[in-house]
Amino acid sequence: MRSFYFLGRLRSWACMVALACASTGAWAQTAKPANLVDPFEGINRSIYAFNEVLDLAVMRPVAIAYTELLPRWMRNSVTHFFGNLADVWSIPNNALSLRPKATVDSIKRVAINSTVGLLGLVDVASTLDIDKHPADFGLMLNRWGVPSGPFVVVPLLGPRTLIQVVVYPLDWRGNLANHVDDVVLRDLMMAVSFTDLRASYLQAEDVVNAVALDQYSFKRDSYLQRRVYLQNDGESAGSMDDRP
Amino acid sequence: MSFRYFKQLGVVLMLLGGALSAGSVRAQDEAADVFIKRMSTEVLDVIKADKSMRGADIAKVVALVDTRIMPHVDFQRMTASAIGPGWRQATPEQQKRLQEEFKILLVRTYAGALSQISDQVIAMKPLRAAPEDKEVVVRSEVRGSGEPIQLDYRLEKTPGQGSGWRIFNINVMGVWLVETYKSQFAQEINAKGVDGLIESLAARNKTNSKKN
Repeated sequence: MRSFYFLGRLRSWACMVALACASTGAWAQTAKPANLVDPFEGINRSIYAFNEVLDLAVMRPVAIAYTELLPRWMRNSVTHFFGNLADVWSIPNNALSLRPKATVDSIKRVAINSTVGLLGLVDVASTLDIDKHPADFGLMLNRWGVPSGPFVVVPLLGPRTLIQVVVYPLDWRGNLANHVDDVVLRDLMMAVSFTDLRASYLQAEDVVNAVALDQYSFKRDSYLQRRVYLQNDGESAGSMDDRP
Repeated sequence: MSFRYFKQLGVVLMLLGGALSAGSVRAQDEAADVFIKRMSTEVLDVIKADKSMRGADIAKVVALVDTRIMPHVDFQRMTASAIGPGWRQATPEQQKRLQEEFKILLVRTYAGALSQISDQVIAMKPLRAAPEDKEVVVRSEVRGSGEPIQLDYRLEKTPGQGSGWRIFNINVMGVWLVETYKSQFAQEINAKGVDGLIESLAARNKTNSKKN
């Protein structure tokens, strides 16, 4: 059963890579690189539009219902629980990136939040000023000089860099929730974590909708900046480009 | 008679106090992170104390942002860098309009985000700057619900003016505000020119004000 499931994941991954390649082809035909970081802008925009429609019909209403049904403290616990699982995967990636402080902080966070923080439901570590250092497999490769590649919008999943799409199977296995043997429980956890993530954007998206002149490029530029920020382990001082 | 005397004494004391506090600010500007901490705590306290600010009365929050935060922002620098090379090609009149419309857009946004504040607190991160630095990055974190949100500021030293610091860029979770507008503005200017951008901003502001 499990191997079947993994095959399914593998297939969806292959689809993502194929789509990314297909968009390369589409770009070669139009041959109009509007933007250096976004050579596939044309196809990206259509997938983005498709995702928006789907989001408006399904994901957003579910996220709103989730926000209205569960009290804030419960939703916070859900966020913290999955945040703790993400911290687990950050440990090896920070270690392989040769960042001692980030590695030790991530270990401390998991150790404290999994015990005192009741299996991750409470983020005790943040109140103790132990910083979060999010790191996935793609960021680790970035650290060793592998470029992020162009920006791609993946159907259902949204914005990614090409490298994230390529290493997706590894990041997927790095999430402890995917190692739960009970299929129903595992799928339930997946659904809850996606819903919680989507719900956390509800307030931000009102702001984005109000300030963006072009939502697609606003989100793309924010996403890519955030990736660079994470590559530098949360060092935002890199921006020196705000002089007139 | 005596009442009048007290009133005069009061006025004298007030003037004296004002002069003294102004003098002390001039003599020694506070550190950038102390300034950010003070300003954000003051604003948060006002919002937390006044229930009508949360959700219902956005105009009140806009006024708060206008009086408490905007005097500490170098808005011309912010607009100029967001617009990039196009800024110098714009006429003074166009520059003025751009600045006005961009300001309305950002103040409203910021007010909208602030009105959703409930039990959040600001935690400052250690400042890594030398005392002689003319420009610094102050890093902070908003905690209270869900994952902590990183909030960083870039400030320039303005010795002897106001608090001694002015903000010219803000970073939310690794995303610089000015950078995020750069390609949108360039896109608009390339397609429709500076006047086109002014029109788009004005149109955006109009839709926003209709919404609430």
